[in-house]
Amino acid sequence: MAVETTGSRRQLATLGLGVPLSLIAFAGFIYWLFPPLYELFWGATCNTVDTWLVCSGFLQRGFTAGVLIAITAPTVGAYLVNRQMALIGEALAHTAFAGVAIGLFIGAAIPSFDYPLVFALIVAAIGALGMQYIAVHTDGYADIPIAIMLTGGFALGIAIISYGITFSSTVESYLFGDILFVPFENVQLMVGLALVVIATVAVTHKQLLFITFDREAARLARINVWFYDTLLIVLTALVIVAAMQILGAILVAGMLVIPVAAAMQVTNSFNRGIALSIAFGQVAVIGGILLSYYWNIATGAMIILTAIAIYLWSLVG
Amino acid sequence: MNQIIDVENVTFAYDDRPVLDDVSLSVAEGEFLGLIGPNGSGKTTLLKIMLGLQKPDIGSVRLFGTPAAKFRDGTRLGYVSQQSSESDTTMPISVREVVKMGRYAHAGLGRLTSEDTEIVNEALERVGISDLADRRISRLSGGQKQRVYIARALASEADLLALDEPTVGVDADSRDRFYELLDELNESGITIVLIEHDIGVVTEHADMIACLDCELYEHCETHRFLEGDALERAFGSGRVVGPSAIASGD
Repeated sequence: MAVETTGSRRQLATLGLGVPLSLIAFAGFIYWLFPPLYELFWGATCNTVDTWLVCSGFLQRGFTAGVLIAITAPTVGAYLVNRQMALIGEALAHTAFAGVAIGLFIGAAIPSFDYPLVFALIVAAIGALGMQYIAVHTDGYADIPIAIMLTGGFALGIAIISYGITFSSTVESYLFGDILFVPFENVQLMVGLALVVIATVAVTHKQLLFITFDREAARLARINVWFYDTLLIVLTALVIVAAMQILGAILVAGMLVIPVAAAMQVTNSFNRGIALSIAFGQVAVIGGILLSYYWNIATGAMIILTAIAIYLWSLVG
Repeated sequence: MNQIIDVENVTFAYDDRPVLDDVSLSVAEGEFLGLIGPNGSGKTTLLKIMLGLQKPDIGSVRLFGTPAAKFRDGTRLGYVSQQSSESDTTMPISVREVVKMGRYAHAGLGRLTSEDTEIVNEALERVGISDLADRRISRLSGGQKQRVYIARALASEADLLALDEPTVGVDADSRDRFYELLDELNESGITIVLIEHDIGVVTEHADMIACLDCELYEHCETHRFLEGDALERAFGSGRVVGPSAIASGD
């Protein structure tokens, strides 16, 4: 391990400087620039199309959140799936659910801390690092920490919820996702998370691809495998938290895996595969939201079912 | 001549099973070293220790004059392992994308330039797989895949190419062409360390032989090796397999 950690100081320094600076820029964008842009876009769309579908505030927020999820989730998923880590998203989502429970509990006691998603973010990130630690420092199959994290996170969440007094509808919205439930602050949070994920992947794509395809050769090329493993898992936690409100803790992993699985069927190139899985993700999200609206079915479920329909089509086509 | 790899008194054990015992050898620039020995004789471990992928319990390794653990210049090393990793049988990735990885250590966090693309094209050309560039790597034959990995090492402009039984499961015809390619590369100045179970192939192509079975039995020029009895001693040591392994050509 020492071999890998010492040499990447330059990379760490680049990221260490770059990340805070970009974060400041992001924060400025999200707080001041994004809200008027958002108003401008949906105002214009509403004026041209003028149906209730694009003029109602909750569908506007739902579509925005969904489109962002369908960019970030398949992007990160492409690396995860090809490392046979498809279920790590599921484990992190359940850990994030524990974070939501903690957030709801604390928020009920101290109203100024009532941001369950922020708690979800923190707990999922800690869970991600913990899982990485277990994977590195124990002998055993890779799916053992995943199974422990998945059930452990959920158990903790249920324990906290059963102890505190929380409206079951609130809990349900985090479990199964609820498009009616996305407040504008959460859309802002999602824009922020999406930008962080996209920027990070844009900069580190080569390294992530290298460790995904051939760890040994990546180590030989003196790429810090441990660092990029951790980075990928933390990115996954960010994506999960962002996607949880629409898809819910239980379904969120589907968005990481299914569009990627479909894209893998139809292309021979990894980069084209990412582009294609984002496209499939968009179809699944937008199609899923529309279908759930017309048929009056839960949105998260409809998005995943649409994605699976695309996957089945890719198998046949 | 410059020493590219310098292994000094290296001892290594997995838990309490000794794998390497006080091994010392060096590889000079431009050399073609064949590393042979029975199964489980520590060849792969020694190769990994040489490349700094594994740390010896005792002893020291220098790569290009720097201690292997501190050696940072990943661009100088190329590695072709025993074939068929999990990913090259399933992952959707094209031949060109794999060969491009050879340029990653050069680019760092930056983008690949048109010069990188040029080098990738040349590498594809040199190993004769330009026509396969857009194919999915999982659809290639064993011999073609190994060419892809050689091309990746070439694209990285490595000075040292390490190969660990690169032709397992490759048909005889492509294997011969593969070794011709290695000879060509060696003539152009690339240092090669090759692990190969087929002793006939090694003695035909390598100019130095190291015969290993936990300890180093012999390290000398190929012709001297063929005259000596190191092979019998290494394979006959009874440590892992008996002498019948030689008879069966394994």
